[in-house]
Amino acid sequence: MKTTCKPLKASSRVLSSQEKYERSRLKHHRLVTLARFLILIFFLLIWEFSAGAGYIDPFFFSSPSRVTLCFSDMIKDGTFFINTGVTLLETVASFLLVLMIGMLSATLLWYSHKCSEVLEPYLVVLNSLPKSALAPLFIVWLGTGINTIIVAGISVAVFGSIINLYTGFRQVDEEKIKLIYTLGGGKKDAFLKVVLPGSIPTILSNMKVNIGLALVGVVIGEFLAARRGLGYLIIYGSQVFKHWTEMTKRYPNYHFPPL
Amino acid sequence: MTNPILELHDICYSYHSLEGETDALSHISFQVNKGEFLAIVGPSGCGKSTLLSIIAGLLLPENGKIHFPVPQEEGIDKHPAADCPRIGYMLQHDHLFEWRTIYRNVTLGLEINHQLTTEKKQRVMELLKDYGLDKFKDKKPGELSGGMKQRAALIRTLALDPEILLLDEPFSALDYQTRLSVSSDICGIIRSAKKTAILVTHDLSEAISLADRILVLSKRPATIKCDIPIHLTISGHSPLASRNAPEYQGYFNQLWKEISDEDHMQTSKSIQPGS
Repeated sequence: MKTTCKPLKASSRVLSSQEKYERSRLKHHRLVTLARFLILIFFLLIWEFSAGAGYIDPFFFSSPSRVTLCFSDMIKDGTFFINTGVTLLETVASFLLVLMIGMLSATLLWYSHKCSEVLEPYLVVLNSLPKSALAPLFIVWLGTGINTIIVAGISVAVFGSIINLYTGFRQVDEEKIKLIYTLGGGKKDAFLKVVLPGSIPTILSNMKVNIGLALVGVVIGEFLAARRGLGYLIIYGSQVFKHWTEMTKRYPNYHFPPL
Repeated sequence: MTNPILELHDICYSYHSLEGETDALSHISFQVNKGEFLAIVGPSGCGKSTLLSIIAGLLLPENGKIHFPVPQEEGIDKHPAADCPRIGYMLQHDHLFEWRTIYRNVTLGLEINHQLTTEKKQRVMELLKDYGLDKFKDKKPGELSGGMKQRAALIRTLALDPEILLLDEPFSALDYQTRLSVSSDICGIIRSAKKTAILVTHDLSEAISLADRILVLSKRPATIKCDIPIHLTISGHSPLASRNAPEYQGYFNQLWKEISDEDHMQTSKSIQPGS
Protein backbone atom coordinates (compact mmCIF):
# COMPACT_ATOMS: atom_id res chain seq x y z
CA MET A 1 0.00 0.00 0.00
CA LYS A 2 1.30 3.42 -0.91
CA THR A 3 -0.12 6.66 0.33
CA THR A 4 -1.29 8.87 -2.50
CA CYS A 5 0.37 12.14 -1.52
CA LYS A 6 4.14 12.46 -1.49
CA PRO A 7 5.59 13.57 1.84
CA LEU A 8 7.28 16.99 1.64
CA LYS A 9 9.46 16.81 4.71
CA ALA A 10 9.47 13.59 6.58
CA SER A 11 10.69 15.04 9.87
CA SER A 12 8.29 17.90 10.52
CA ARG A 13 5.03 16.30 9.52
CA VAL A 14 2.10 14.68 11.19
CA LEU A 15 1.95 11.00 10.29
CA SER A 16 -1.10 9.87 8.42
CA SER A 17 -2.85 6.81 9.79
CA GLN A 18 -1.67 4.76 6.82
CA GLU A 19 1.95 5.63 7.58
CA LYS A 20 1.44 4.84 11.22
CA TYR A 21 0.08 1.47 10.22
CA GLU A 22 3.01 0.82 7.89
CA ARG A 23 5.51 1.73 10.60
CA SER A 24 3.86 -0.50 13.16
CA ARG A 25 3.91 -3.38 10.69
CA LEU A 26 7.62 -2.82 10.04
CA LYS A 27 8.34 -2.68 13.75
CA HIS A 28 6.45 -5.89 14.30
CA HIS A 29 8.32 -7.60 11.48
CA ARG A 30 11.71 -6.57 12.89
CA LEU A 31 10.76 -7.74 16.36
CA VAL A 32 9.82 -11.20 15.06
CA THR A 33 13.10 -11.56 13.12
CA LEU A 34 15.14 -10.40 16.10
CA ALA A 35 13.40 -12.81 18.47
CA ARG A 36 14.04 -15.71 16.12
CA PHE A 37 17.79 -15.01 16.06
CA LEU A 38 17.97 -14.42 19.79
CA ILE A 39 16.45 -17.83 20.51
CA LEU A 40 19.07 -19.54 18.32
CA ILE A 41 21.96 -17.62 19.87
CA PHE A 42 20.65 -18.24 23.37
CA PHE A 43 20.37 -21.98 22.69
CA LEU A 44 23.94 -22.18 21.29
CA LEU A 45 25.34 -20.21 24.23
CA ILE A 46 23.65 -22.47 26.79
CA TRP A 47 24.92 -25.55 24.95
CA GLU A 48 28.50 -24.27 24.73
CA PHE A 49 28.48 -23.11 28.34
CA SER A 50 27.10 -26.35 29.78
CA ALA A 51 29.57 -28.44 27.77
CA GLY A 52 32.46 -26.22 28.82
CA ALA A 53 31.42 -26.16 32.49
CA GLY A 54 30.89 -29.91 32.54
CA TYR A 55 27.14 -29.97 33.15
CA ILE A 56 26.84 -32.24 30.12
CA ASP A 57 29.49 -34.62 28.81
CA PRO A 58 30.90 -33.14 25.58
CA PHE A 59 31.78 -36.67 24.47
CA PHE A 60 28.10 -37.55 24.20
CA PHE A 61 26.55 -34.15 23.57
CA SER A 62 29.35 -32.35 21.71
CA SER A 63 29.35 -28.55 21.73
CA PRO A 64 28.86 -25.79 19.18
CA SER A 65 32.61 -25.05 18.99
CA ARG A 66 33.46 -28.71 18.28
CA VAL A 67 30.69 -28.88 15.71
CA THR A 68 32.02 -25.77 13.99
CA LEU A 69 35.55 -27.15 14.03
CA CYS A 70 34.49 -30.43 12.51
CA PHE A 71 32.34 -28.60 9.99
CA SER A 72 35.26 -26.45 8.81
CA ASP A 73 37.47 -29.56 8.56
CA MET A 74 34.91 -31.23 6.39
CA ILE A 75 34.58 -28.18 4.20
CA LYS A 76 38.37 -28.12 3.80
CA ASP A 77 38.67 -31.74 2.74
CA GLY A 78 35.52 -31.55 0.62
CA THR A 79 33.61 -34.42 2.23
CA PHE A 80 30.82 -32.07 3.21
CA PHE A 81 30.04 -30.91 -0.30
CA ILE A 82 30.31 -34.33 -1.86
CA ASN A 83 28.04 -35.98 0.67
CA THR A 84 25.50 -33.16 0.80
CA GLY A 85 25.48 -33.02 -2.99
CA VAL A 86 24.80 -36.74 -3.26
CA THR A 87 21.98 -36.63 -0.74
CA LEU A 88 20.50 -33.53 -2.36
CA LEU A 89 20.58 -35.15 -5.78
CA GLU A 90 18.92 -38.32 -4.50
CA THR A 91 16.30 -36.34 -2.60
CA VAL A 92 15.43 -34.16 -5.59
CA ALA A 93 15.25 -37.21 -7.86
CA SER A 94 12.92 -39.10 -5.56
CA PHE A 95 10.86 -35.95 -4.92
CA LEU A 96 10.31 -35.39 -8.63
CA LEU A 97 9.46 -39.05 -9.17
CA VAL A 98 7.01 -38.97 -6.25
CA LEU A 99 5.38 -35.86 -7.72
CA MET A 100 5.07 -37.50 -11.11
CA ILE A 101 3.79 -40.86 -9.89
CA GLY A 102 1.47 -39.15 -7.40
CA MET A 103 -0.09 -36.82 -9.98
CA LEU A 104 -0.50 -39.55 -12.58
CA SER A 105 -2.06 -42.03 -10.17
CA ALA A 106 -4.37 -39.46 -8.58
CA THR A 107 -5.52 -38.35 -12.04
CA LEU A 108 -6.21 -41.94 -13.00
CA LEU A 109 -8.15 -42.56 -9.80
CA TRP A 110 -10.17 -39.37 -10.39
CA TYR A 111 -11.02 -40.42 -13.93
CA SER A 112 -12.22 -43.85 -12.96
CA HIS A 113 -14.41 -44.02 -9.92
CA LYS A 114 -14.50 -47.80 -10.11
CA CYS A 115 -10.73 -47.99 -10.14
CA SER A 116 -10.42 -45.76 -7.07
CA GLU A 117 -13.02 -47.77 -5.18
CA VAL A 118 -11.19 -51.01 -5.92
CA LEU A 119 -7.74 -49.68 -5.05
CA GLU A 120 -8.54 -47.63 -1.96
CA PRO A 121 -7.88 -50.31 0.69
CA TYR A 122 -4.59 -51.20 -0.99
CA LEU A 123 -3.46 -47.60 -0.87
CA VAL A 124 -4.32 -47.33 2.82
CA VAL A 125 -2.42 -50.54 3.63
CA LEU A 126 0.61 -49.59 1.54
CA ASN A 127 0.69 -46.14 3.09
CA SER A 128 0.69 -47.53 6.62
CA LEU A 129 3.56 -49.98 5.98
CA PRO A 130 6.69 -49.13 7.97
CA LYS A 131 8.73 -48.10 4.97
CA SER A 132 12.11 -48.29 6.69
CA ALA A 133 11.47 -52.02 7.07
CA LEU A 134 11.32 -52.26 3.27
CA ALA A 135 14.78 -50.82 2.75
CA PRO A 136 16.63 -54.17 3.22
CA LEU A 137 14.31 -55.66 0.61
CA PHE A 138 15.19 -52.92 -1.84
CA ILE A 139 18.88 -53.73 -1.32
CA VAL A 140 18.20 -57.36 -2.17
CA TRP A 141 16.20 -56.40 -5.24
CA LEU A 142 18.18 -53.48 -6.57
CA GLY A 143 21.66 -53.77 -5.12
CA THR A 144 23.42 -51.03 -3.18
CA GLY A 145 23.51 -48.28 -5.75
CA ILE A 146 21.79 -44.94 -6.05
CA ASN A 147 18.64 -46.66 -7.39
CA THR A 148 17.95 -48.34 -4.06
CA ILE A 149 18.25 -45.06 -2.23
CA ILE A 150 15.96 -43.21 -4.63
CA VAL A 151 13.40 -46.02 -4.41
CA ALA A 152 13.60 -45.85 -0.61
CA GLY A 153 12.91 -42.11 -0.83
CA ILE A 154 9.95 -42.70 -3.14
CA SER A 155 8.49 -45.45 -0.99
CA VAL A 156 8.19 -43.19 2.04
CA ALA A 157 6.30 -40.41 0.26
CA VAL A 158 4.42 -41.85 -2.67
CA PHE A 159 1.37 -43.55 -1.18
CA GLY A 160 0.46 -40.70 1.13
CA SER A 161 0.93 -38.36 -1.77
CA ILE A 162 -1.49 -40.31 -3.98
CA ILE A 163 -4.12 -40.41 -1.23
CA ASN A 164 -3.81 -36.68 -0.50
CA LEU A 165 -3.88 -35.59 -4.12
CA TYR A 166 -6.85 -37.81 -4.90
CA THR A 167 -8.77 -36.47 -1.89
CA GLY A 168 -7.93 -32.94 -3.05
CA PHE A 169 -9.22 -33.69 -6.56
CA ARG A 170 -12.47 -35.10 -5.20
CA GLN A 171 -13.15 -32.07 -3.04
CA VAL A 172 -13.59 -29.77 -6.02
CA ASP A 173 -17.12 -28.33 -6.14
CA GLU A 174 -19.43 -30.62 -8.14
CA GLU A 175 -21.37 -27.58 -9.39
CA LYS A 176 -18.23 -26.17 -10.99
CA ILE A 177 -17.80 -29.45 -12.85
CA LYS A 178 -21.45 -29.26 -13.89
CA LEU A 179 -20.73 -25.80 -15.28
CA ILE A 180 -18.06 -27.26 -17.56
CA TYR A 181 -20.58 -29.81 -18.83
CA THR A 182 -23.15 -27.06 -19.48
CA LEU A 183 -20.54 -25.25 -21.57
CA GLY A 184 -20.18 -28.35 -23.70
CA GLY A 185 -17.00 -29.68 -22.14
CA GLY A 186 -16.14 -33.27 -21.31
CA LYS A 187 -14.38 -34.99 -18.47
CA LYS A 188 -11.00 -33.92 -19.78
CA ASP A 189 -12.06 -30.26 -19.75
CA ALA A 190 -13.45 -30.68 -16.25
CA PHE A 191 -10.08 -31.99 -15.14
CA LEU A 192 -7.92 -29.45 -16.92
CA LYS A 193 -10.07 -26.35 -16.32
CA VAL A 194 -11.48 -27.00 -12.86
CA VAL A 195 -9.96 -29.88 -10.94
CA LEU A 196 -6.31 -29.21 -11.67
CA PRO A 197 -6.24 -25.41 -11.19
CA GLY A 198 -8.60 -25.73 -8.23
CA SER A 199 -6.26 -28.21 -6.54
CA ILE A 200 -3.10 -26.12 -6.82
CA PRO A 201 -3.08 -25.28 -3.08
CA THR A 202 -3.38 -29.00 -2.28
CA ILE A 203 -0.63 -29.86 -4.75
CA LEU A 204 1.70 -27.22 -3.30
CA SER A 205 1.18 -28.28 0.30
CA ASN A 206 1.61 -31.88 -0.79
CA MET A 207 4.94 -30.97 -2.42
CA LYS A 208 6.12 -29.33 0.79
CA VAL A 209 5.40 -32.46 2.79
CA ASN A 210 6.89 -34.71 0.11
CA ILE A 211 10.30 -33.11 -0.09
CA GLY A 212 10.72 -33.66 3.66
CA LEU A 213 9.54 -37.25 3.42
CA ALA A 214 11.78 -37.91 0.42
CA LEU A 215 14.75 -36.71 2.46
CA VAL A 216 13.77 -39.02 5.33
CA GLY A 217 13.53 -41.96 2.92
CA VAL A 218 16.83 -41.14 1.25
CA VAL A 219 18.65 -40.91 4.59
CA ILE A 220 17.14 -44.25 5.66
CA GLY A 221 18.38 -45.75 2.40
CA GLU A 222 21.82 -44.28 2.93
CA PHE A 223 21.98 -45.69 6.44
CA LEU A 224 21.87 -49.16 4.95
CA ALA A 225 23.29 -49.07 1.48
CA ALA A 226 25.60 -46.19 0.72
CA ARG A 227 29.20 -45.15 0.80
CA ARG A 228 28.37 -41.51 0.32
CA GLY A 229 25.69 -39.12 1.46
CA LEU A 230 24.54 -37.61 4.72
CA GLY A 231 22.91 -40.82 5.91
CA TYR A 232 26.18 -42.64 5.45
CA LEU A 233 28.08 -39.94 7.39
CA ILE A 234 25.56 -40.10 10.25
CA ILE A 235 25.93 -43.86 10.53
CA TYR A 236 29.72 -43.58 10.26
CA GLY A 237 29.82 -40.83 12.84
CA SER A 238 27.72 -42.69 15.37
CA GLN A 239 29.66 -45.89 14.89
CA VAL A 240 32.97 -44.18 15.67
CA PHE A 241 31.33 -42.13 18.44
CA LYS A 242 32.08 -38.90 16.71
CA HIS A 243 28.84 -37.34 17.71
CA TRP A 244 29.84 -33.89 16.73
CA THR A 245 30.22 -35.19 13.20
CA GLU A 246 26.72 -36.48 13.36
CA MET A 247 25.36 -33.22 14.73
CA THR A 248 27.04 -31.28 11.94
CA LYS A 249 25.53 -33.60 9.38
CA ARG A 250 22.12 -33.05 10.80
CA TYR A 251 22.56 -29.34 11.00
CA PRO A 252 22.82 -28.68 7.24
CA ASN A 253 19.55 -30.49 6.71
CA TYR A 254 17.94 -27.51 8.32
CA HIS A 255 19.70 -25.27 5.88
CA PHE A 256 17.60 -26.80 3.15
CA PRO A 257 14.17 -26.65 4.69
CA PRO A 258 11.41 -28.15 2.55
CA LEU A 259 10.62 -25.39 0.02
CA MET B 1 -48.39 -18.77 -35.08
CA THR B 2 -46.46 -21.58 -33.55
CA ASN B 3 -42.87 -22.21 -34.40
CA PRO B 4 -41.64 -24.71 -31.86
CA ILE B 5 -37.92 -24.95 -31.17
CA LEU B 6 -38.22 -27.45 -28.33
CA GLU B 7 -40.75 -30.18 -27.69
CA LEU B 8 -40.91 -32.48 -24.69
CA HIS B 9 -42.99 -35.61 -24.93
CA ASP B 10 -43.99 -37.53 -21.85
CA ILE B 11 -40.77 -37.03 -19.90
CA CYS B 12 -40.36 -39.13 -16.74
CA TYR B 13 -37.43 -39.13 -14.38
CA SER B 14 -36.73 -40.59 -10.96
CA TYR B 15 -33.76 -40.56 -8.65
CA HIS B 16 -32.51 -43.87 -7.34
CA SER B 17 -30.77 -44.64 -4.10
CA LEU B 18 -30.49 -47.72 -1.95
CA GLU B 19 -33.35 -46.41 0.18
CA GLY B 20 -35.58 -46.54 -2.86
CA GLU B 21 -36.82 -44.62 -5.80
CA THR B 22 -37.96 -40.99 -5.78
CA ASP B 23 -40.09 -39.90 -8.67
CA ALA B 24 -39.11 -36.41 -9.73
CA LEU B 25 -40.93 -35.86 -13.01
CA SER B 26 -43.94 -37.68 -14.31
CA HIS B 27 -45.25 -37.40 -17.85
CA ILE B 28 -44.17 -33.86 -18.61
CA SER B 29 -45.04 -32.66 -22.10
CA PHE B 30 -44.85 -29.14 -23.44
CA GLN B 31 -43.38 -27.17 -26.25
CA VAL B 32 -41.55 -23.88 -26.47
CA ASN B 33 -41.74 -21.58 -29.47
CA LYS B 34 -38.82 -19.77 -30.92
CA GLY B 35 -38.27 -16.43 -29.22
CA GLU B 36 -40.57 -17.28 -26.37
CA PHE B 37 -39.74 -16.56 -22.74
CA LEU B 38 -41.13 -19.37 -20.63
CA ALA B 39 -41.09 -19.39 -16.84
CA ILE B 40 -41.48 -22.55 -14.78
CA VAL B 41 -42.68 -22.18 -11.20
CA GLY B 42 -43.61 -24.78 -8.63
CA PRO B 43 -43.21 -25.74 -5.00
CA SER B 44 -39.61 -26.12 -3.88
CA GLY B 45 -38.02 -29.47 -4.53
CA CYS B 46 -40.52 -30.39 -7.22
CA GLY B 47 -37.92 -31.16 -9.86
CA LYS B 48 -37.65 -27.88 -11.76
CA SER B 49 -33.87 -28.04 -11.92
CA THR B 50 -34.02 -31.70 -12.92
CA LEU B 51 -36.19 -30.69 -15.85
CA LEU B 52 -33.62 -28.12 -17.01
CA SER B 53 -30.81 -30.65 -16.65
CA ILE B 54 -32.75 -33.03 -18.87
CA ILE B 55 -33.34 -30.36 -21.51
CA ALA B 56 -29.65 -29.46 -21.38
CA GLY B 57 -28.76 -33.10 -21.93
CA LEU B 58 -26.94 -33.50 -18.63
CA LEU B 59 -29.43 -36.14 -17.48
CA LEU B 60 -31.12 -38.75 -19.63
CA PRO B 61 -34.88 -39.08 -19.14
CA GLU B 62 -36.08 -42.55 -18.14
CA ASN B 63 -38.99 -42.27 -20.46
CA GLY B 64 -40.11 -39.85 -23.13
CA LYS B 65 -38.42 -37.85 -25.81
CA ILE B 66 -36.99 -34.42 -26.33
CA HIS B 67 -37.25 -33.08 -29.81
CA PHE B 68 -35.74 -29.97 -31.33
CA PRO B 69 -37.69 -29.14 -34.49
CA VAL B 70 -35.70 -27.12 -36.98
CA PRO B 71 -37.20 -23.63 -36.88
CA GLN B 72 -39.02 -22.92 -40.13
CA GLU B 73 -37.30 -19.79 -41.31
CA GLU B 74 -33.88 -21.36 -41.05
CA GLY B 75 -32.50 -23.44 -43.86
CA ILE B 76 -32.34 -27.21 -43.58
CA ASP B 77 -29.13 -28.58 -42.16
CA LYS B 78 -27.37 -25.36 -41.40
CA HIS B 79 -24.82 -27.31 -39.44
CA PRO B 80 -24.34 -31.07 -39.06
CA ALA B 81 -26.07 -31.18 -35.70
CA ALA B 82 -29.05 -29.23 -36.97
CA ASP B 83 -31.51 -31.15 -34.84
CA CYS B 84 -29.72 -30.16 -31.68
CA PRO B 85 -29.57 -26.42 -31.15
CA ARG B 86 -26.99 -24.81 -28.95
CA ILE B 87 -28.22 -24.64 -25.40
CA GLY B 88 -26.87 -22.21 -22.81
CA TYR B 89 -27.38 -23.11 -19.18
CA MET B 90 -27.03 -20.51 -16.47
CA LEU B 91 -26.70 -21.93 -12.98
CA GLN B 92 -27.88 -20.48 -9.70
CA HIS B 93 -24.39 -19.41 -8.63
CA ASP B 94 -21.96 -17.68 -10.93
CA HIS B 95 -19.12 -20.20 -10.34
CA LEU B 96 -16.57 -17.80 -11.76
CA PHE B 97 -13.13 -19.30 -11.26
CA GLU B 98 -11.01 -17.34 -8.85
CA TRP B 99 -7.81 -18.36 -10.64
CA ARG B 100 -8.92 -16.72 -13.90
CA THR B 101 -9.50 -13.07 -14.70
CA ILE B 102 -13.02 -11.99 -15.64
CA TYR B 103 -12.06 -12.02 -19.31
CA ARG B 104 -10.64 -15.52 -19.10
CA ASN B 105 -13.74 -16.60 -17.20
CA VAL B 106 -16.20 -15.32 -19.78
CA THR B 107 -14.24 -16.89 -22.62
CA LEU B 108 -14.12 -20.28 -20.85
CA GLY B 109 -16.89 -21.73 -23.01
CA LEU B 110 -15.18 -20.58 -26.20
CA GLU B 111 -11.93 -22.07 -24.95
CA ILE B 112 -13.55 -25.43 -24.24
CA ASN B 113 -15.22 -25.51 -27.64
CA HIS B 114 -12.06 -24.33 -29.43
CA GLN B 115 -13.83 -21.25 -30.77
CA LEU B 116 -11.45 -18.53 -29.63
CA THR B 117 -11.58 -16.64 -32.90
CA THR B 118 -11.01 -12.89 -33.22
CA GLU B 119 -14.64 -12.48 -34.23
CA LYS B 120 -15.95 -14.19 -31.09
CA LYS B 121 -13.46 -12.37 -28.90
CA GLN B 122 -14.70 -9.11 -30.34
CA ARG B 123 -18.27 -10.08 -29.49
CA VAL B 124 -17.29 -10.89 -25.92
CA MET B 125 -15.59 -7.50 -25.64
CA GLU B 126 -18.78 -5.81 -26.88
CA LEU B 127 -20.86 -7.72 -24.35
CA LEU B 128 -18.44 -6.75 -21.58
CA LYS B 129 -18.69 -3.12 -22.64
CA ASP B 130 -22.50 -3.26 -22.78
CA TYR B 131 -22.68 -4.49 -19.22
CA GLY B 132 -20.08 -2.14 -17.84
CA LEU B 133 -17.58 -4.88 -17.16
CA ASP B 134 -14.88 -3.86 -19.66
CA LYS B 135 -12.99 -1.97 -16.94
CA PHE B 136 -12.98 -5.10 -14.82
CA LYS B 137 -11.92 -7.60 -17.42
CA ASP B 138 -8.46 -8.10 -15.90
CA LYS B 139 -9.73 -8.30 -12.33
CA LYS B 140 -10.32 -11.47 -10.38
CA PRO B 141 -13.95 -12.42 -9.61
CA GLY B 142 -13.43 -11.78 -5.90
CA GLU B 143 -13.11 -8.05 -6.61
CA LEU B 144 -16.57 -7.79 -8.19
CA SER B 145 -19.98 -7.33 -6.60
CA GLY B 146 -22.62 -10.05 -6.74
CA GLY B 147 -24.56 -8.37 -9.55
CA MET B 148 -21.44 -7.91 -11.66
CA LYS B 149 -20.48 -11.54 -11.18
CA GLN B 150 -23.91 -12.68 -12.32
CA ARG B 151 -23.63 -10.46 -15.39
CA ALA B 152 -20.22 -11.96 -16.12
CA ALA B 153 -21.77 -15.42 -15.79
CA LEU B 154 -24.43 -14.41 -18.30
CA ILE B 155 -21.82 -13.16 -20.74
CA ARG B 156 -19.98 -16.47 -20.34
CA THR B 157 -23.21 -18.24 -21.33
CA LEU B 158 -23.98 -15.84 -24.19
CA ALA B 159 -20.47 -15.99 -25.62
CA LEU B 160 -21.31 -19.37 -27.12
CA ASP B 161 -24.31 -17.76 -28.85
CA PRO B 162 -26.91 -20.26 -27.62
CA GLU B 163 -30.30 -20.54 -29.29
CA ILE B 164 -32.05 -21.66 -26.13
CA LEU B 165 -31.13 -20.23 -22.75
CA LEU B 166 -31.90 -22.18 -19.60
CA LEU B 167 -31.90 -20.05 -16.46
CA ASP B 168 -31.91 -21.96 -13.17
CA GLU B 169 -32.92 -19.39 -10.54
CA PRO B 170 -30.09 -17.18 -11.71
CA PHE B 171 -31.04 -14.26 -9.47
CA SER B 172 -31.76 -16.04 -6.23
CA ALA B 173 -28.31 -15.49 -4.77
CA LEU B 174 -28.56 -11.70 -5.24
CA ASP B 175 -29.98 -9.08 -2.91
CA TYR B 176 -33.34 -7.60 -3.87
CA GLN B 177 -32.11 -4.38 -5.46
CA THR B 178 -29.40 -6.04 -7.53
CA ARG B 179 -31.85 -8.72 -8.44
CA LEU B 180 -34.27 -6.24 -10.01
CA SER B 181 -31.59 -4.52 -12.05
CA VAL B 182 -29.84 -7.72 -13.13
CA SER B 183 -33.11 -9.37 -14.07
CA SER B 184 -34.14 -6.38 -16.17
CA ASP B 185 -30.71 -6.40 -17.85
CA ILE B 186 -30.91 -10.06 -18.62
CA CYS B 187 -34.47 -9.77 -19.82
CA GLY B 188 -33.37 -6.92 -22.11
CA ILE B 189 -30.55 -8.96 -23.62
CA ILE B 190 -32.73 -11.97 -24.21
CA ARG B 191 -35.52 -9.91 -25.78
CA SER B 192 -33.25 -7.87 -28.00
CA ALA B 193 -31.34 -10.93 -29.20
CA LYS B 194 -34.66 -12.75 -29.73
CA LYS B 195 -33.39 -15.74 -27.78
CA THR B 196 -35.64 -18.47 -26.51
CA ALA B 197 -35.43 -18.71 -22.75
CA ILE B 198 -36.68 -21.01 -20.03
CA LEU B 199 -36.49 -19.56 -16.55
CA VAL B 200 -36.92 -21.63 -13.42
CA THR B 201 -37.82 -19.51 -10.41
CA HIS B 202 -39.68 -19.56 -7.13
CA ASP B 203 -40.38 -15.84 -7.30
CA LEU B 204 -43.87 -15.38 -8.74
CA SER B 205 -43.53 -11.67 -9.45
CA GLU B 206 -40.30 -12.32 -11.30
CA ALA B 207 -42.03 -14.96 -13.41
CA ILE B 208 -44.97 -12.67 -14.28
CA SER B 209 -42.83 -9.65 -15.07
CA LEU B 210 -40.30 -11.51 -17.25
CA ALA B 211 -42.15 -14.28 -19.01
CA ASP B 212 -44.56 -14.68 -21.92
CA ARG B 213 -45.93 -17.87 -20.50
CA ILE B 214 -45.81 -19.59 -17.14
CA LEU B 215 -45.91 -23.31 -16.45
CA VAL B 216 -46.95 -24.30 -12.95
CA LEU B 217 -45.62 -27.65 -11.79
CA SER B 218 -47.25 -29.71 -9.08
CA LYS B 219 -45.42 -31.11 -6.10
CA ARG B 220 -43.19 -34.14 -6.57
CA PRO B 221 -43.57 -36.15 -8.75
CA ALA B 222 -44.00 -33.07 -10.88
CA THR B 223 -46.72 -32.84 -13.49
CA ILE B 224 -47.79 -29.77 -15.39
CA LYS B 225 -50.59 -28.23 -13.40
CA CYS B 226 -51.44 -25.34 -15.63
CA ASP B 227 -50.07 -23.31 -18.47
CA ILE B 228 -50.79 -19.60 -18.19
CA PRO B 229 -50.02 -17.22 -21.05
CA ILE B 230 -49.15 -13.75 -19.79
CA HIS B 231 -50.45 -10.69 -21.57
CA LEU B 232 -49.60 -7.41 -19.93
CA THR B 233 -50.83 -4.14 -21.40
CA ILE B 234 -47.63 -2.19 -21.16
CA SER B 235 -45.21 -0.89 -23.70
CA GLY B 236 -41.87 -2.63 -23.78
CA HIS B 237 -40.88 -5.41 -21.50
CA SER B 238 -39.22 -3.71 -18.60
CA PRO B 239 -39.73 -5.98 -15.59
CA LEU B 240 -40.25 -2.99 -13.33
CA ALA B 241 -42.97 -1.50 -15.53
CA SER B 242 -44.56 -4.93 -15.79
CA ARG B 243 -45.20 -4.90 -12.07
CA ASN B 244 -47.46 -1.88 -12.52
CA ALA B 245 -49.52 -3.41 -15.29
CA PRO B 246 -53.21 -3.69 -14.44
CA GLU B 247 -53.24 -7.45 -15.06
CA TYR B 248 -50.27 -8.10 -12.76
CA GLN B 249 -52.23 -8.56 -9.53
CA GLY B 250 -54.70 -10.93 -11.19
CA TYR B 251 -51.93 -13.19 -12.47
CA PHE B 252 -50.19 -13.10 -9.15
CA ASN B 253 -53.29 -14.22 -7.27
CA GLN B 254 -53.98 -16.95 -9.80
CA LEU B 255 -50.43 -18.33 -9.53
CA TRP B 256 -50.44 -18.05 -5.76
CA LYS B 257 -53.66 -20.01 -5.58
CA GLU B 258 -52.31 -22.78 -7.82
CA ILE B 259 -49.12 -23.12 -5.81
CA SER B 260 -50.59 -22.82 -2.34
CA ASP B 261 -53.26 -25.40 -3.23
CA GLU B 262 -50.35 -27.74 -3.81
CA ASP B 263 -48.74 -26.90 -0.52
CA HIS B 264 -51.88 -27.54 1.43
CA MET B 265 -52.59 -30.80 -0.26
CA GLN B 266 -49.05 -31.75 0.50
CA THR B 267 -48.86 -30.78 4.17
CA SER B 268 -52.20 -31.60 5.71
CA LYS B 269 -55.84 -31.42 4.95
CA SER B 270 -56.78 -30.28 8.42
CA ILE B 271 -55.25 -26.84 7.98
CA GLN B 272 -57.59 -24.79 5.85
CA PRO B 273 -56.05 -22.06 3.72
CA GLY B 274 -56.53 -18.68 5.37
CA SER B 275 -58.19 -16.18 3.11
